[in-house]
Parts: sequence; structure tokens; C-alpha cells
Amino acid sequence: MGEFFVNVWDVVVSFLQYAVSIAPRLFEGLKLTAGMTVCSLFLGIIIGLISCLFSISRMKVLNAISGVYLSVIRGTPLMVQAVFIYFGLTGALDIRIQPFPAAVIVLMLNAGAYLSEIFRSGINAVNKGQMEAARSLGLPHGVAMRKVILPQAIRIVIPSVTNQFIITLKDTSILSTIGVGELMRQSNLIVSSNFRGFETYAIVAFWYYILVIILTKLFQILERRLAN
Amino acid sequence: MIKVRVENLKKSFGNLEVLKEINLEVHEGEVVCLIGPSGSGKSTFLRCLNKLEEPTGGSVIVDDYDLMAKTSDINKIRENIGMVFQQFNLFPHLTVMQNIMLAPVDRKRMTKNEAEEKAKRLLERVGLLDKADAYPTSLSGGQQQRVAIARALAMEPDIMLFDEPTSALDPEMVGEVLDVMKKLAADGMTMIVVTHEMGFAREVADRVIFMDGGYIVEQGTPEEVFGNPQNKRTQDFLNKVL
Repeated sequence: MGEFFVNVWDVVVSFLQYAVSIAPRLFEGLKLTAGMTVCSLFLGIIIGLISCLFSISRMKVLNAISGVYLSVIRGTPLMVQAVFIYFGLTGALDIRIQPFPAAVIVLMLNAGAYLSEIFRSGINAVNKGQMEAARSLGLPHGVAMRKVILPQAIRIVIPSVTNQFIITLKDTSILSTIGVGELMRQSNLIVSSNFRGFETYAIVAFWYYILVIILTKLFQILERRLAN
Repeated sequence: MIKVRVENLKKSFGNLEVLKEINLEVHEGEVVCLIGPSGSGKSTFLRCLNKLEEPTGGSVIVDDYDLMAKTSDINKIRENIGMVFQQFNLFPHLTVMQNIMLAPVDRKRMTKNEAEEKAKRLLERVGLLDKADAYPTSLSGGQQQRVAIARALAMEPDIMLFDEPTSALDPEMVGEVLDVMKKLAADGMTMIVVTHEMGFAREVADRVIFMDGGYIVEQGTPEEVFGNPQNKRTQDFLNKVL
């Protein structure tokens, strides 16, 4: 019995030693993963807001632009979009683009499309009477939107936005396909050299998990702040 | 002086004709109460007066501004027409004070300091100065509606529209809102009130208008309409509600 515990202890120690030994390489990947997530979400929010405003606009042309964007992005897989932009488009147009900016473009377009619909649902969820009250005071549509509707919509959409942020964070792993040296790619490289798939992928899963937990906590704090 | 002039006003929602040929003139300082069964078009008519509903036909002239003219700046016109809603529609993310100050400051009617002074005076007038920093959700329905009235008054409108202002209130809170409205009427405000409060209409209105089926069926002083209604439909309605 004692021998069994000694064996388990040995396994745990060697696992931890391994985790520490690959930590520097994974940390390099983690920096890229975090950087990609932050850049593409920041830009994705802007694109999402623009697309959302297009979709609720009274101008048919803008509705159409937003509609095409949403249906193309939501109708095709992220990985296909990534290889199309990185390998397909660059080849056809004969331009060079680094994997990182290409990855950010793909993720930004992707997150933007989903955020656009999240924002739209938030705006629609604000009581119709709010817009009427604002307009009846003489506020123009844009001002009413900015000062009355959007502040309320933001609170409504925070849980859904958190969700989308988590999805985008995890979707960065797909971009290992186009050669961004992020967390997933680093772990693949490690496994291909030492064949220790079980430990390596378990450790990588743990690192992603930590990132998601941090992101979730940040949004919980934000949500509490906004609730007055 | 005529404040509101409505001629041949029509409003349809799709195939449903809600307002048919409405004609009305309201004079400065006059208090007009609109009564009638639900679905008679009272609220739709009121909402046409500040273009929350787009009339299908006819003309609406408020303060010499033609609401239907393409060149009219509807936001400018609305600054002079306050509106109070059945559901209060206070902005829940802003304090009472911020609710009242938002429009006057944004529309540059007043500086921030002036708007603050004005808001305090208005809150005092509706008896809620102690609630200045509260959020709307912490107030009772009656208090919320009084804040909503103060918010509308902050733009210093010439005309006030009330869309069933007491219908969403608990019975014991109706009185406090009606009191504020009575004071307002006594101060000479031009008011158009859609209401089911017959007591208020009888006491405060200069003119009572009975609407049914998208028409103005009968109008006159409260004594005439309540005391001696001429039209059969008015008689039926009053028999049911009085």
C-alpha cells in the first residue's frame, strides 16, 4: 500500500516537473494568444457596433451590407475563413501578410458578426417607451440612442458579450492552422518532438482554463460596477 | 390664442383606421380632457400631436409650427410639447436629478447650473426634492409619475400632453399625481389629458371631449358632457363609468 502512494507521488512530481520545463515555451504562446484575443475583440467590438447600427438603420443599403456580412461570417467555418484569407486571398492578390495580423483580421470579423447580433438584441430589449420618452423631450434620435438606449443595452448584453469573448479566446487555438505561434501551436510542436501528448495537452487545457477564468472574473467585476 | 389646431386628422395602422377626420382647436391655457372607451383612438390622437405617431393625413399645427411640413424640425417642436406617459418611462440608469436635467442640458436650453436649479425647483413643486439623488426604481409609482411630470416641465413647454397618467398607479397614489396636475392647470398650462378619471375631468377640464370609433362624438364643458350628454354613445359610456 505504501509503495502505491510512493508511485503516485513520483508520477505527480514528474508531471509537475514536466509542466515547469515546458512553461517558458507555452508562456510564449500564451502571450500571443492573449494578444490576439485582446486585439481582435477590441476591433471586433467596433465592427460589431457599426454592423449593429447598420442593421437597425432605416437605410436599406446599410441593412443589406450588414446582412451580407453577418450571413457570410456566420455561414462559414472559422478555419475556412482563416485559410482563405491567409493562403487563398494573399496568393490571389499576390501580397504578403504575417500570420498574426491575418489571425486578428479573421477573429475580428468573426467576433464582430456575433457581437453585432448581441448588441442588436440588447437594443431591442430596452423598453420601447424609453425611446419615446427621450424623443418626446426633443432629443434627436442619435442622442436618445447614445444617452438613453445604449447605456441600458450595455447592461443587458454583458452576459452574452462575456460568452462571446470566451468563445473568441478559445477560437484563437484554431489559428494555429495558419502558423501563429500561439498556445495550441506551441503544444503541438512540443508533442511532435517528445510524443508526450497526454501531459502536454492536459497542461495546455489548464492554461486555457486559467485564461477563461480570468476573463470571466473581469466581466463579473464589470457587471457589478455597472449595476450602480 | 390658438395653441393646437388639428384639421381632418387621419391615422391608419395598415388597414385599421384608428382616427377618422378629427378636427380640434385648443386655446392657450385651456385644459382639455379626452375620454372614451378603450380603442376609441384617444391615445393615438394624443401621440399624433407630437408626432410619436405619424398621421396618415390632415394637418396638425402646434404653436404655429406645421408638424406635417417636411421642413419642420420635429425635435425643436417637441421641446415645446411636454408628454407624460402611462408607464412613466423614466430613465432607469439615471438618478431623478439626471432624468430631469438630461434634455435641457443636451439641447442647450440651460447651462448645467441653471438646469440643476430648475430641476430642484421642479422637484420642490412636485414634492420630491428629497428624492433628487434616488434612482427611479426605488420610487413608488406615484412618485415616479411626479418625477416624469417634472422632467417634462424642465424643458419649459407651452403645452403638456398626458396619456392616461394615472392608469398604471395603485389607487392610493392617483391623488398625489392628480394634485400636481391640478396645480399645473391652475398655473395656466395648456393641457390635453387622456384620462379615465372622470372626477378630475369634471373638476379641472375647461372642455371634455368624448371620442369613439376614431371620431370626436361630442364635446363641451364638463357640465354639458357629464350633466346632459346629447349623443347616445356618450350616454352609454358615461352610464357605465360613472
